[in-house]
Amino acid sequence: MMARTMLRVERVTKRFGGLVAVDGLSFDVNEREVLGIIGPNGSGKTTMLNMMSGAFKPSEGFISLSDRQISGKAAQTIARAGVGRTFQLVRLLPGLTVLENVVAGAVFGHRRQWGQSAKMMALRMMDRVNLNIAPNAPISELTYIDQKRVELARALCGEPNILLLDEWLAGLNPTELEAGIDLIKTLQDEGRTIILVEHVMGAIRSLCDKCVVMASGAKIAEGSPEHVLADPEVIRAYLGDEDE
Amino acid sequence: MLDIVISGLLLSGTYALVALGLNLQYGVSRIMNLANGEMLVLGALAAFWMFTVGKLNPYLTMVLAAPLAFVGNWLIYRFLLRPLVSRSKNQGQLEVDSILATFGMSFILIGIMISIEGGFFAYKYLSIPIEILGTKASLSRIVAFAVACCIGLALYLWLNRSRTGMAVRAVAVSPQSALLVGINVPKISALAFALGGAITAVGGVLISTFITLDASIGVIFTMKALIIVIMGGVGDTRGVIIAAVILGLVETTVATLIDPGLTLAAAYLIFLAILLFRPQGLFGRKPT
Amino acid sequence: MIRGSFTELLIIALLAAFAATVPLIANGYWLSVCVTGMMYIALATSWSMFSGPTHYISLATAAFFGLGGYLLATGMSDYQQPFWLMLAIVPFTGAVLAALIGLATLRLSGVYFVIFTLGLAEMIRNLVSWIQNNFLGSRGLYVLTDYTEKHIYWMLLAVAATVYMLGWLINRSRLGFSLRIIGGDETVARHVGINTATAKVILFITTGFFGALVGGILAPRYSYIEPNQVFSPQLSFLVVIVALLGGSGRLWGPLVGVIPFTILWELVQTYFPNQTTLFLGVVFLVIVYFLPHGVVGRLEQILKQVRKRRS
Repeated sequence: MMARTMLRVERVTKRFGGLVAVDGLSFDVNEREVLGIIGPNGSGKTTMLNMMSGAFKPSEGFISLSDRQISGKAAQTIARAGVGRTFQLVRLLPGLTVLENVVAGAVFGHRRQWGQSAKMMALRMMDRVNLNIAPNAPISELTYIDQKRVELARALCGEPNILLLDEWLAGLNPTELEAGIDLIKTLQDEGRTIILVEHVMGAIRSLCDKCVVMASGAKIAEGSPEHVLADPEVIRAYLGDEDE
Repeated sequence: MLDIVISGLLLSGTYALVALGLNLQYGVSRIMNLANGEMLVLGALAAFWMFTVGKLNPYLTMVLAAPLAFVGNWLIYRFLLRPLVSRSKNQGQLEVDSILATFGMSFILIGIMISIEGGFFAYKYLSIPIEILGTKASLSRIVAFAVACCIGLALYLWLNRSRTGMAVRAVAVSPQSALLVGINVPKISALAFALGGAITAVGGVLISTFITLDASIGVIFTMKALIIVIMGGVGDTRGVIIAAVILGLVETTVATLIDPGLTLAAAYLIFLAILLFRPQGLFGRKPT
Repeated sequence: MIRGSFTELLIIALLAAFAATVPLIANGYWLSVCVTGMMYIALATSWSMFSGPTHYISLATAAFFGLGGYLLATGMSDYQQPFWLMLAIVPFTGAVLAALIGLATLRLSGVYFVIFTLGLAEMIRNLVSWIQNNFLGSRGLYVLTDYTEKHIYWMLLAVAATVYMLGWLINRSRLGFSLRIIGGDETVARHVGINTATAKVILFITTGFFGALVGGILAPRYSYIEPNQVFSPQLSFLVVIVALLGGSGRLWGPLVGVIPFTILWELVQTYFPNQTTLFLGVVFLVIVYFLPHGVVGRLEQILKQVRKRRS
C-alpha cells in the first residue's frame, strides 16, 4: 500500500535581507511517518519549521498539506488546517491556568469546541501527555518538562493532522529524556505524522523513519537515521558542533 | 516653490536632530520615550530663560544645556527606567511600561515648566533675513540647520567609526547577541538614552531661535519625532534623516499652500501611509 | 476559559440600582461630580474591555468622545435633527472611526497603535476647526435640550450598565478568551487558530461605539459646542488613569478606580488648579511603579499571599 504524502516542501527558500536561512529545500513527509530534521546550529531547521506553521512566508517555493497549499498563508489558517506545533523556547500563556493553556488548542482548532466538551478534551490530552498537575494550577509553578507537556497537550487538543516538534527534547535530564522519548513513541504508535527538529541523536535513531539533514540552509543528506548518521558529509557538517 | 523647498529643508534639519535623539532612545535603549517632546521644550525654555534673563547667546546655552541634559537623562534612565527593564519579561511589556512611565514623566515636566513659565516663550535672535538662491530665510533657521548637520554628521561618524559607536549599533540590532559578545548592554543603553536626550535638548534650543513655543506643545513634537523614526525605520540613522526631510518638506508645503493648522494632519497622513504599506519604514527590517 | 459569574452580575445590578437613586438625594455640585464619575465609569470600563486583555493602550477616547459630541451638535444645530435621533446615529460613526483605526494599526505591534492614538484627538480637532472655519462659517453649535444633570446621569448610568453587561457576556465567550490569549502571547494565539487582527478590531469597535455615545450624551451639558473643548486630549489620559488605577484585569477594576480618583481630581482642580498636569504625572508614575495591576490587582496579590501562608 502506497503511503500518501501528508506534507510536501518544494524548493523552499527563505531570505532575511542578505542572509539565506533556507536554500532550495525539498522533501516529503508521508502519512503516519516520523521525519527527523537534523543539522548543526544555524542550519535553518527552525526557520523551516516556522514556514511550515505560518510564522514566516517563504521567499520562494511551495509548501502543501494534503495537496493544499499552505505556504504564505496566515498562521491561524494553517493551524486550523491541522498543523500543530511546539516552540523551541516554550511559549505558555502567563496569567492563565494550566487547563486554560491546554484548552486554548481545542477552542480555536478546526473542531472549534467550547464549554464542557472542550474541557473534557483538554483533560484527556493532559492525561495523554502524563501531566499530573491540578488543572487550576498557575503555569508559573511548573517544572520545565511539565511546561513542555502543556505545550504538547495544547497542540494535541487541536487534533492536528501533523505535529511539528521544535527541539521538544532539549534541556531535559536523562530521566525526563527517557520519559519524553517514550511519550513521542506512543504518539507515533497512534499513527500520527510527526516532524521532529532535534539535536538528541538517540531520539532520532529510535523514533525517526526518515531523516533530512540540513547545513547552511540546504539539504545535505536524506534517508534512514542509520544511513545519514554514517554519511561522511553529515559528520563533517557536525564537526565542531557541541551537541551529541 | 523654491522657498517652500528651502524652508522645508531648513526645518527638517532640526526635526532630524530631535528624531535622532528619539532614535537612540527607542532603537538602542528600547524605551519608547513619550517625554521626548518635553525634553525638547525644556531645552527651548532654558535657551529662552538664559536669553531674556542672562542675556546669553542661545548657541552658548546649547553648549551648556547638552551636558546637563545628558546627565539628567542618564539619571532618568538609571533610576526610573532601569527598574522597568529589569522587571519586564518581554519586549511587549517593557514597551507598555515605558510608554506609561515616560508619559507620566512628560506630565511632570510639563507641570514643572508651567510653574516656571506659564505662557508662550519666544525671543528674537538672529532673525535677520538672508538671501539664499533667490528666496529669503532667517539666519537663525540657517544656523540651526548648519548646527543640526554638524551634530548629525558627528553622530553618524561616531556610530560607524568608533568602538563605542559600534557597540551602540550592536545593541540596536540585538541586545541578546550583544550581551553574548561581551558588550555591557545596560551601560550602553544608559549611554544611548542619555545621549539621545542631550541631542533632543540641543534640538530644542535650536528650534527656540525661530519658533514660538509653550509648555504644552511638547506632545506635537513627540508625535512628529515618532512618525519620523518609524518612517525611517527604527534604529537606522540614514532612514531617520531622509524621513525628517520628507516630513519637513511636506509640512512646509501644506502650511504654505493649504493651512498652517493642518501640519499635524499632514504628518498623520504620511504615518497612515507607512502603517498601511510599509510598517517597517524605509530602512527597517520587516517585522516577523 | 470563562470569567465572571452570575454572582458578579447580581452585585453589579444591585450597585446600579443603588446608583440610580443618587440624583434623588444629591443635587448641585455633588450631582455634577457624580455625573462626571459616571462618565468615567462608562468610558473606563469600555476602555478596559479592549486595552485590558490585549495591552494595547488606547489614547483614542477623546477622539471618539469629541466625534460623538460634535456630530450630535452639528445634527441638532445645523440640520435641526432631534436629540434622540442624533444620539442613535453618533455611536455608529464612532464605530466606523474605530474600525478604520483598528484596521490600519491593530495588525501591527502595540507601539504603532499607541502612537497613532496619541495625537489623534489633537489632529481631528485641527481638521474639524479647519473645516469649520473655512467651509461652514464661524458660527456656534448649540445643543439646547430640556435635559438636566439628573437626566444625563441616568443616561450615563444606562450606558455604563450596558457596557458592563456587554463586557460580562464577552468574558464568558470565545471572543473574551481569545483576547486573553492574545494578551498573553500573540504568536501562540495565532498558532492555536485565532484570527488575532479580527478579534482586536471587533473589540476596539465597541470602544469607539461607546466613546462616541458618551460624547453625545454629554453634549447638552456644555450647550455650546466648540472643537477646542470637545476634543480635549486630557480626557484620554484621565480615562487611562482611572482604568489602570482600579486595575484593567477585572471588569469591575475601573469601578474601583473611579470613585477615589474623581474625588481626588475635583480636590486638585479646586485647590491646586495650576498643578493638575503635575498631579496626573505623579499618578501615572504611582500606577506604573507601585500598582502595575491597579488597586484590584494589588489586593488580589495580597489575598493570594495570605492564602498561601495559611495553607
